[in-house]
Amino acid sequence: MADGKTLITDVDHKRYDFRYAESSDEYIREEDGFTEEIIRRISEEKDDPEWMRDFRLKCLDIYNHMDMPCWGPSIQELDLNRIASYVRHKTDMKNNWDDVPDDIKETFEKLGIPQAERLSLAGVGAQYDSEIVYHNLKEEVAKMGVVYTDVETAMKTGYEDMVREHFMKLITPTDHKFAALHGAVWSGGSFVYVPKGVKVDIPLQSYFRLNAAGAGQFEHTMIIVDEGADVHFIEGCSAPKYNVANLHAGCVELFVRKNARLRYSTIENWSKNMFNLNTKRALIEEGGKMEWVSGSFGSKISYLYPMTILKGNDSKMTYTGITFSGEGQNLDTGCKVVHAGCRTSSVITAKSISKSGGIGMFRSSVVIEKAAKESKCSVSCDSLMLDSISRADTVPAMDIKAFDADVGHEAKIGRISDEAVFYLMSRGMSEEDAKALIVSGFADSVSKELPLEYAVEMNNLIKIEMSGHKA
Amino acid sequence: MTNEIILEIKDLCTTVGEEKTPILRNVDLTVGRGETHIIMGPNGAGKSTLGFTVMGNPAYEIESGKIFFEGEDITDLSADKRAVKGIFLSFQNPIEVPGISMRSFLKSSLQQITGKRIKYSEFNKTLEEALSLINMDPSYVDRDVNVGFSGGEKKKAEILQLLVLRPKLAILDETDSGLDVDAVRTVSQGIRAYKERYGGTLIIITHNAAILEALDVDKTHVLVKGKIVETGGADLTDEINRNGFEKYTDG
Repeated sequence: MADGKTLITDVDHKRYDFRYAESSDEYIREEDGFTEEIIRRISEEKDDPEWMRDFRLKCLDIYNHMDMPCWGPSIQELDLNRIASYVRHKTDMKNNWDDVPDDIKETFEKLGIPQAERLSLAGVGAQYDSEIVYHNLKEEVAKMGVVYTDVETAMKTGYEDMVREHFMKLITPTDHKFAALHGAVWSGGSFVYVPKGVKVDIPLQSYFRLNAAGAGQFEHTMIIVDEGADVHFIEGCSAPKYNVANLHAGCVELFVRKNARLRYSTIENWSKNMFNLNTKRALIEEGGKMEWVSGSFGSKISYLYPMTILKGNDSKMTYTGITFSGEGQNLDTGCKVVHAGCRTSSVITAKSISKSGGIGMFRSSVVIEKAAKESKCSVSCDSLMLDSISRADTVPAMDIKAFDADVGHEAKIGRISDEAVFYLMSRGMSEEDAKALIVSGFADSVSKELPLEYAVEMNNLIKIEMSGHKA
Repeated sequence: MTNEIILEIKDLCTTVGEEKTPILRNVDLTVGRGETHIIMGPNGAGKSTLGFTVMGNPAYEIESGKIFFEGEDITDLSADKRAVKGIFLSFQNPIEVPGISMRSFLKSSLQQITGKRIKYSEFNKTLEEALSLINMDPSYVDRDVNVGFSGGEKKKAEILQLLVLRPKLAILDETDSGLDVDAVRTVSQGIRAYKERYGGTLIIITHNAAILEALDVDKTHVLVKGKIVETGGADLTDEINRNGFEKYTDG
């Protein structure tokens, strides 16, 4: 069995672990750590407007004065003095796939990115280390006035005011140490603006690849969905495995205006040396709707709790998430929501699977403000542990200030049932297939929310993970 | 009439749990191909354990003895391999499996067991035939396996699986318990069809004579406290239904 396990795990990693060594003449790499000189160089490299440079320096100062977060799993192993803030290939952002440098192109082709674009996407962005290397938006979508680029380009092409008005306004640098760090060294990411009333039928997708060992990825995602508009944004993340720690500290700021809808899907499959300390927040105005879909499979340690502020009356939020924590992984995930407007509603559905000593923690925080009359919230959290050495915990927090709020919470934690495994085996399935089927079935209500190719990918991941599994 | 032996259990002893509680004690049982055997016995006698052990449930430890299927020693085989060889167990409490429809579950199961890819059209034909044999509403096969089924529907669904998978040997563990009169009749029709159309061999664990009306019983075994205490013909079933197990349990 040990042989089988090694073999299958190897196959699994090959899908993500291939990499091209960056040669020093093709890549620019900042020295490790975060100093004023480094921040100034990054700012200069990017040709930031003055306000942005000053903002970066202010953030660095906040970062230097803040303590490390203390609520979640230990991140002591993360030595911030040994993280490179900025790594980029000496290439510009392309909008023609053929122009992308070969090593990068092959990396993304192995991950299926351009294929996905041809099949089912309205636009694609691909970030390699610190910079976006490819961006393309279908002509008919561009004609509707949709803007999809990176934040740097947005500032240079007429959207500087819009960026300035929204940049790190939802997630402020004083939120926590890694928000401050992000503000200082952010690079790349996505800027999306969907004009009033425009409905984009097929999704936009950004793919983030952190290829350099010992580096950080600090992409900034800003999406503004104007009144009555509708869009689905997908982000995918992966990295090859190294023996040194890598850091991901992105920020995602989402603005959903009156009666608009935004669906934000994430599949994160970072390698298991990654510290994924990511922050996501959405502000929803009257009648707007925010839909989060989140799949977390990778990373060594994750801190990830997308937050939604239901500011406008009748605004809505749904969160559907799944985490799969295996050997050596401690995934601390969850969801936060603040109900501020009247008749706001939120539905949180979370599933967690842990195996081979993995730890899955789910935290939810629900706040219903006094003014949020007739609001509704339901939280449900199911955990499945595949063996006796794995852990799953749920920490639900609720702060209900309104008298007429309708709030429900449900949590289930259980082990995989031997009886069910035997039932399936008695119908001809191998033990591995039986377990994989039970796990996929458990995940089913979440996987069917994922974009198709990711749902397929998730089922493959479960199969691969399970075939290496022996209780 | 002597048939070729399909199942032979020799001196089988099983235990369950960490305390190794003995369940079956020195059980011998020989079943010929195409025969119908009835296992009767009071509650807790080990009837379900017998079914689980033949199917290969790892929760029951075989301490000694052997199980042969078509002459081959299967004592150490896992349940999936036994299924491929042609053994089927209809569960007393069928398990709910969310996230997979009965249709795709049965198709993949049939493919696993036969080792062949089966065309959709061919499979659907098999499925429709099986559904009509037991008057089962076709909408059930598009629902998740047993999820939200009533007790009776779950039992019917087990017989549906039997008719689709067509094993060489079927062990039915109290398939009739909890069913109303009409449902017992339908299920019994299905079992009869399995036997007559596909030449099936049956071991039926039951308390109820009604399910046996449409079937020719070859042998009846009485299991008490893990031992087969008497083996007889069809008339033994009637006798037990009249007099119960008193004569076996006294003293």
